[in-house]
Amino acid sequence: MSGSPVVVSEDLAPAELVTRCRAALGEGARMQFMYAWFPEGPTAPELRYVLHPGSGCPPHIWRCRPGDDPPPSLATTAPLLSWYERETTDLCGVVFRDQPLPQPLVLLPGASADRPPLVPGPMPHLSYTPAPEDLPQLAGTTREDVQLLPFGPIRADVLESAQFAFLYAGEMILHYHPQLFFKHRGMEQRFAGLSPRLGVFLAERVSGIGSVAHALAYCHAVEAAADCEVPRRATWLRVLLAELERIYNHLHYLGHLCHTTTLKVGEAQGKYLEESAKQINSRVSGSRLLRGLVTPGGLRREPQLAGLAADLAQLESEFRRYTDRLAATTSHLDRLMTTGVLGRQLAFDQGATGPVARACGLDRDPRRDQSYGAYAELPLSIAIDERCDAYARQQVRIAEVFNSIDVIRVVLAGLPCGWLSTECRPPPRSEGLGWAETPRGTAYYAAHLDADGRLARVKIKSPSFSNWRVFPYTVHDSNMMDYAINEASFGLTVAGCAR
Amino acid sequence: MALKAILPWTLFGLTQGKVTTRWRGEGAEPGQAAFLGMPRFDPGRCQDHCRECADACLPGAITLVPGEGPERPTVDYGRCVVCQMCVEACPTGAFTLASDWAFGSGTRDDLVWTRAAASPRGVTLKREIRRVFGRSLHIRHVDAGSCNGCESELQALNNPYYNLHRLGAFFTASPRFADLLLVTGPVTYAMRGPLLEAFEAMPEPRFVMAAGTCAVSGGTNGGGCTCGSGLDGVLPVDMYLPGCPPNPPAIIHALLMLLQRVPQRVRGGQLVPLEPPTGEPRV
Ligand code: SF4
Ligand code: SF4
Repeated sequence: MSGSPVVVSEDLAPAELVTRCRAALGEGARMQFMYAWFPEGPTAPELRYVLHPGSGCPPHIWRCRPGDDPPPSLATTAPLLSWYERETTDLCGVVFRDQPLPQPLVLLPGASADRPPLVPGPMPHLSYTPAPEDLPQLAGTTREDVQLLPFGPIRADVLESAQFAFLYAGEMILHYHPQLFFKHRGMEQRFAGLSPRLGVFLAERVSGIGSVAHALAYCHAVEAAADCEVPRRATWLRVLLAELERIYNHLHYLGHLCHTTTLKVGEAQGKYLEESAKQINSRVSGSRLLRGLVTPGGLRREPQLAGLAADLAQLESEFRRYTDRLAATTSHLDRLMTTGVLGRQLAFDQGATGPVARACGLDRDPRRDQSYGAYAELPLSIAIDERCDAYARQQVRIAEVFNSIDVIRVVLAGLPCGWLSTECRPPPRSEGLGWAETPRGTAYYAAHLDADGRLARVKIKSPSFSNWRVFPYTVHDSNMMDYAINEASFGLTVAGCAR
Repeated sequence: MALKAILPWTLFGLTQGKVTTRWRGEGAEPGQAAFLGMPRFDPGRCQDHCRECADACLPGAITLVPGEGPERPTVDYGRCVVCQMCVEACPTGAFTLASDWAFGSGTRDDLVWTRAAASPRGVTLKREIRRVFGRSLHIRHVDAGSCNGCESELQALNNPYYNLHRLGAFFTASPRFADLLLVTGPVTYAMRGPLLEAFEAMPEPRFVMAAGTCAVSGGTNGGGCTCGSGLDGVLPVDMYLPGCPPNPPAIIHALLMLLQRVPQRVRGGQLVPLEPPTGEPRV
């Protein structure tokens, strides 16, 4: 994979995990995710932990064979790993010792599979009798004015399915419990047995409004496995597509945010700009969601760039007018400021990513820190805001739109000549790790090939899985009236989380 | 203070002018330039013993069927996710890029390519909403496990460019006030129950639309132990609209078809030519 750092791997014994994890965190490392796979048959899982030792360093991978005893949970040492462990228990059958919250995560209450779905072998049978969610007892409360408001999974308007339970008193939300896995489609299972070339079409459909970045992270993983160098022209054009994706997503975000602050004209204008951006996407790629161009080894077709510079200039001037108006609309800003505050340490510990993390002062973006593709050659500027609230999250995204337009302009001006793709055939039993910054944060894909060079296991770490884990911390003890604004300010997808 | 803050937005809105377009459900609609729809298939160009297209098609939309000579490919557009891999794989140009998106169909069969279909003939839907509801339509959307791509395009219907309200169609929160259940996604095990409940809560007569390839057939994402294969066998479907995702004009076209305001365009997996326009469209 061109220009990307080399991944370092290391074998660890189960007994070393906790001490090594503590030591790494003490040295400023960040755990990213963990997963299990089965290189030697259904009874011998191998655990993989992916971490970043520090900004600018390549990721490290820890490999661990648990053997007969359950491996230790790292959830109290690195809290963000808790969801990954629970998912690994649900889907791979690996149980973790001392996991503080051993309930299923991905499978709904009342669902059970006769064998874990990601263990190689015959297709499991899933039985399901809906059961109530396990809601916490509010400790020590005898107050009778605490009410339970269940909401969903079918929500008002055109929204993704998810169920939320609010325990509230008056206007105050005491506890908030989202159930995000009604949409669990088993996307990771779906990759097994596919040729790497066709797998990209699944990656595009994991989180449909992050198709380019998901396809890129997937392709980076396959390209790392194949040890293939993507032609420079393709890396530049991939940046162009990824930044077009960021633009239309952030425009949608702003329109929707205005909807929640009841700024009608601001909503209509945001959605109109999003439509303009999608029409630009369609002219460039033939797809309003920019699907179908990214492929392992490069791009499938030349994007149509005629007229793009002018279209972007027009979009930029309309966007500038729009954001100037937003900046002068105190009724909108008042609703954002101090709403949904997410502290920096909490954001770090629980795994916040993307604009949500950068809006609490976490200066992290793999486009710069674990640079991939052509980003190192382009004038990237990473927007950071220290205010930690919904306003900060809006401001980071506004700045990112302007920067994306600048980056595309430089791509158009300096696009190198050359091939659009190279052969990419990962050898049997190879593996690779890839990542890309989606509009919502960092996506990782790990790809493992089988003895025939087909996909044996694909792990998807999606940014919405990370940010949905963080989000409830900003809802507990907040005001009902602010909920919709707060949720919109995170800019989450359910599909990406549930997969 | 409030007025001072809002007034500039009003002026701002007015200076943006009118962006809404008219929709006829035909030809190259404004704003859809270069949009790639379902690939066109010309089996006359196929060579014997070739299966390149079928091997390149992830959702299995292309299958080889025995005929008089060697096996020949056939295409089920209800499974197509418009990836255009068949176009890339075909050595003889039997599949070509096209902008064909008006693929809403009252029957599942009409999404499957058949030779006989080239000549246009009238299509009557099983039932038309218009006869029942006049010209307005209340829609309850249910996400039964989408990738969020279909929602992105459904949400676009309310932007000033498409302005769905103008056509008399509205998204409504309660299934009790809905005429049409518009479903996206392949139907996950967990969404099947809530989906059926929403349908049961709707008053008769009620209509169902499968929007997007996932809801029509499962597409690339259906199957496995957690997912169904779309709406067939789950709910009675009045309108199938494949596309991954279908673009907003395709969704509008399918809604207008239900209201009997535009004809069905797809027969046997091909778009039939429109009759010459007679006067202004009623849209
Ligand atoms: S464009 Fe449709 S028919 Fe062709 S390969 Fe893709 S899914 Fe199959
Ligand atoms: S049809 Fe395509 S866009 Fe729609 S939900 Fe399915 S995968 Fe996503």
